[in-house]
Amino acid sequence: MGSAFRPFDTTVRICYNQPSPKGKVKHMSKALRRVHYPGKLIIVEGIDGSGKSTQLDLLHKWLMSENYLVAFSEWNSSPLVRRITKVGKKKKSLTPLSFSLIHAADFMDRLERQIIPALEAGAIVLADRYVYTAFARDVARGVTPEWVRDVYSNALQPTLPIYFRVPLEESLKRILVGRPELKYYEAGLDLHLAGDPYESFKLFQTRILEQYDSIVEEFGLSVIDATQPLVKQQDQMRALVKPYLDGALKISPRAWRDVLTEESLLGRYLEEIGANKPAENGDDK
Amino acid sequence: MTQVRFYGDPVPGFTESYLPGKLIVVEGTDGVGRSTQIALLQEWLEGRGFAVAATGLRRSDLASKGIDRAKQGHTLSEAVLFLFYATDLADRLEKQIIPALRAGMVVLTDRYIYSMIVRAQVRGSDAQWIRKVLGFALIPDAIFYLEADLQHLIPRVLSEQGGFDYWESGMDYLKGRNLFRNYVRYQTRLLAQFDAIAEEFGFRRIDANRSIREIFGELRREVGAVVTPMKKQGAVARADANPLAEIAAE
Repeated sequence: MGSAFRPFDTTVRICYNQPSPKGKVKHMSKALRRVHYPGKLIIVEGIDGSGKSTQLDLLHKWLMSENYLVAFSEWNSSPLVRRITKVGKKKKSLTPLSFSLIHAADFMDRLERQIIPALEAGAIVLADRYVYTAFARDVARGVTPEWVRDVYSNALQPTLPIYFRVPLEESLKRILVGRPELKYYEAGLDLHLAGDPYESFKLFQTRILEQYDSIVEEFGLSVIDATQPLVKQQDQMRALVKPYLDGALKISPRAWRDVLTEESLLGRYLEEIGANKPAENGDDK
Repeated sequence: MTQVRFYGDPVPGFTESYLPGKLIVVEGTDGVGRSTQIALLQEWLEGRGFAVAATGLRRSDLASKGIDRAKQGHTLSEAVLFLFYATDLADRLEKQIIPALRAGMVVLTDRYIYSMIVRAQVRGSDAQWIRKVLGFALIPDAIFYLEADLQHLIPRVLSEQGGFDYWESGMDYLKGRNLFRNYVRYQTRLLAQFDAIAEEFGFRRIDANRSIREIFGELRREVGAVVTPMKKQGAVARADANPLAEIAAE
């Protein structure tokens, strides 16, 4: 990816097997080209307990209330791939290598089925974790930084990548409150850093945090101090996002409301078809 | 393995420079008789006192079911399917192949990364990307490419498999619904791609237009030459677990 992965640019895809308009797949040498999509891709990164998902959720709701067309995609959520990941995790049979590859498969599946179509349609796509999660986690597990960057080399460059920076102690405090049971891979127990899940988790997170620090530099992620009050973080996040909302696609989710007002109708039968429910849109969480 | 080498970065955590076993790949297109030859080779090698492990694409505990499911639904894109295959290979490499080589076994594998590369190249995927992702693959001691013409393949596919397979005919990406025509077009392209990468990866070509017996005769000689040094080095894991094989060898 390297220098081709500049932040704050229009969403660009280094594309190698994009079907031509007729649907025919062409060979890379002919089809290698940059494709621009009308949508915006906003992604959040951070270690567990950084509060990134909460902030993304708040942003999501705000964008929806502003009537923007929003789509959402979450790390490790592609149904077909998740089954394999689940089995591998349950049997503890995933190695750093297969762990990395199966997550790449999940990412590619979501990229092609959720992210790209939504961007083509002009939506604001919000992604909870992106390729940087693989760069941080998989390298913390022992794969080389070069290889994992190669694996994801056909990913899209996000419009706005945001990193929620939090010290380890703070994130641990947030996660470990109530002594939850840590999962095998979540705690990094596969790396045999420590026998105790909590100790292992700390050491693993330390490694990931180190990787994130260099990733922020390498790819120019925008950093938000995640120790600040939630509201303040959200203000900063919105300020980062606002410049990209110019010209973004808007929808009118409850257009029937105007009709009701103009025609003095009550909307009695709209309730039956479920149109009268409180606003909740394309959120597929 | 005299010296352990990988196409790219080694499998994470792998530190050895020497593995006593031998990794032997049998490559070739669909219906060329790979599995038959491997079955014969395995028996022959065991009879000569070698411990043999046979494996093949899509046989991992981890990913094989996922690949089958994905193929049934035709729901995955080429890149995702490739990453599934790569996961399958990584799993087998770390869980089956390397442990077997470490134990001094002869590992016979029915297809390896080359089938994946050829398949992806035919469908127009990024050839460089594929090679980089597969960089974790161990370089085999020998790659035997069973090479047959389409005229010889078609009767075998019809008589032994009972017809043309959807995937082996490239129906997932070729236009038209004519299975036979697509089979011919797809297999022709596969054979051309195998041919194109033969030199890059150092395939040993085996003329598979001949009878099973003739092919086996040549393979036996070639494989024999690869595994014989193991005995001198005392690196062989004896197939003691199989007394029948010992009797057969007498």
